[in-house]
Amino acid sequence: MIKINNLQARVEDKEILKGINLEINPGEIHAIMGPNGSGKSTLSSVIAGREDYEVTGGSIDFEGEDLMDLDPEERAHKGIFLSFQYPVEIPGVTVSNFIKTAINESRKGRGEEPMEAREMLAKMREKTALLEMDKSYLSRSLNEGFSGGEKKRNEIFQMAMLEPKLAILDETDSGLDIDALRIVAGGVNKLRTADNAVVVITHYQRLLDYIKPDFVHVLFNGRIVKSGGPELAHELEEKGYDWIKAENA
Amino acid sequence: MSDEILDEITASDYKYGFTTDIESDTVPPGLNEDVIRLISEKKNEPQWMLDWRLDAYKTWLAMVEPEWPNVTYSKPDFQAVSYYSAPKQKKELESLDEVDPELLRTFERLGISLDEQKRLSGVAMDVVVDSVSVATTFKKTLAEKGIIFCSMSEAIQEHSELVRKHLGTVIPKRDNFYAALNSAVFTDGSFCYIPKGVRCPMELSTYFRINEANTGQFERTLVIADEGSYVSYLEGCTAPSRDENQLHAAVVELVALDNAEIKYSTVQNWYPGDAEGKGGVFNFVTKRGICERNAKISWTQVETGSAVTWKYPSCILKGDNSIGEFYSVAVTNNYQQADTGTKMIHLGKNTKSTIISKGISAGKSHNSYRGLVRVGARAENARNFSQCDSLLMGDQCGAHTFPYIEAQHPTAQIEHEATTSKIGEDQIFYCNQRGIGTEEAIALIVNGYCKDVLNQLPMEFAVEAQKLLEVSLEGSVG
Repeated sequence: MIKINNLQARVEDKEILKGINLEINPGEIHAIMGPNGSGKSTLSSVIAGREDYEVTGGSIDFEGEDLMDLDPEERAHKGIFLSFQYPVEIPGVTVSNFIKTAINESRKGRGEEPMEAREMLAKMREKTALLEMDKSYLSRSLNEGFSGGEKKRNEIFQMAMLEPKLAILDETDSGLDIDALRIVAGGVNKLRTADNAVVVITHYQRLLDYIKPDFVHVLFNGRIVKSGGPELAHELEEKGYDWIKAENA
Repeated sequence: MSDEILDEITASDYKYGFTTDIESDTVPPGLNEDVIRLISEKKNEPQWMLDWRLDAYKTWLAMVEPEWPNVTYSKPDFQAVSYYSAPKQKKELESLDEVDPELLRTFERLGISLDEQKRLSGVAMDVVVDSVSVATTFKKTLAEKGIIFCSMSEAIQEHSELVRKHLGTVIPKRDNFYAALNSAVFTDGSFCYIPKGVRCPMELSTYFRINEANTGQFERTLVIADEGSYVSYLEGCTAPSRDENQLHAAVVELVALDNAEIKYSTVQNWYPGDAEGKGGVFNFVTKRGICERNAKISWTQVETGSAVTWKYPSCILKGDNSIGEFYSVAVTNNYQQADTGTKMIHLGKNTKSTIISKGISAGKSHNSYRGLVRVGARAENARNFSQCDSLLMGDQCGAHTFPYIEAQHPTAQIEHEATTSKIGEDQIFYCNQRGIGTEEAIALIVNGYCKDVLNQLPMEFAVEAQKLLEVSLEGSVG
């Protein structure tokens, strides 16, 4: 599905990604772990196409297409979704209006007709129920006055509505209490199919108890320094990142 | 977001820049008593009206142009303006079929098909093209309820006593420089009277349009809601592209008698000048309403046009328990300048006012909110709530807020909230990531920001206003 090859990127003069190699296939769940400042969020931003980051080398291939040629919205139309670590507030724009616009703009981008109002409504009902959200969510201004947990849940709600091929969850667990974590993770698991893939970016093992990864990668100092199965996450939990730091010093 | 994108977004061309080819009957430029006599004569006015105009003219001669607004422009040469221009129409028109086809095409290009409007929305319109009403519709339905909705010229002929009784009572001739000028030379406008206890069954609507090169437009509108009546009045306008500055100095007076309610909504989209700040309409308007006991006046405006705007729709809350409201969205782009806001004058007991102002500045424009809340010595338990928000796009524009508060009664409760924000790169990227392109994203964010005001507009007008906001800020984002 996505093939990242020797990806290098920087912000202003600071080199952050120093050659990332990663391949993800449909149906897989990958976890990317690593200490603060290792480049985890940069990697997700670069995949999503944020302009602040300058890609200085390497490539990202998504279903046979070079992502570098595409605007962020075009990448979204292709099925790339990023659950933000810090979702922004958009006052006066309701959750339902926002998601309706997002879905129909994506459909337009793919040359499809807008979704019928009835279908949209039914889908919103279904997905709010899936994430145990009250329907009143839909008529609230996007993220305005939302608690940390509500914001994250709203991200997963949008993911459920948009049905992306590749979902990148950037520290979706931060700011969630244990109940919210269970609901959000449960939602992600239910959305899993053989055709889509999920990348979970996290500091901690905690989220991975709920969303079981097939592969775990450790990002350190702009490079993936270790890859393995789920057991790697447990090892990290036990030993901490100092172990990685020492090895790569 | 890079400056480049912002430049593109804010560099949208004025979509309605064209002129129609209609023969006009125009008075040569210049202003003196003879010109005023000529206007009055052409309009076949009674003597009292001419005397009123001449008195206003004398007052005006002694006045100086105000310099306190936060705007800079080269002052118009009042002797270079032509004060009267009427499309040549042979007779009164009964239906749209009789209207000059060229004129109808103009409306179509603006997306204002009279036919459509009439048929679909049930809106009666008094269309003003260069000062003379060309078509008046739905008169009969209104007449059955005793509602008078006609051009000011007609009202002066047919309802002379009503006009004479109320004209200039809310905005006196000497109120300000431009109101005095308007009083002297106004050529037409709309007149509306709702009888006691009548609820006007439809939205009354007027489309203004400046059509003649170098013709000043001096509209005069008077709306009287008699005791216990209700009316919703809509005013919207677009104007063709011009190189020279065009002067527009309208006066709108609202009279809400005991227990009456007037809702006055405006969408203003006059030519704002080009991207270099050349041309554009000068919009120096005086709008004010007076509320008697338990009466309510609500002003809603969406201002996107004009090179320079100077406008403060106000309420005099004279009667006890009366209510004044002001909801405003003002957009400035390129080199536009707007100094707009309201005055809420609390005179009666238990009077209430609400002010919601949303300014949006883009390009190199300047957008000022100027508002006065005054609580008089007898206005026990007066309350006001004001919210003034500014949204900035890019880093070359300016937003300013000038709130004035004067409270002369110890029970007064006055609240003022203000915020300034920027459309953030983060917000745009968030929308992009969800598949929403930058232009759409800005439209979405701006519409959300203005929601509290747009919600106040009648449904069909709200849709038009939303489109207008998008057009005003859109560009060719690649």
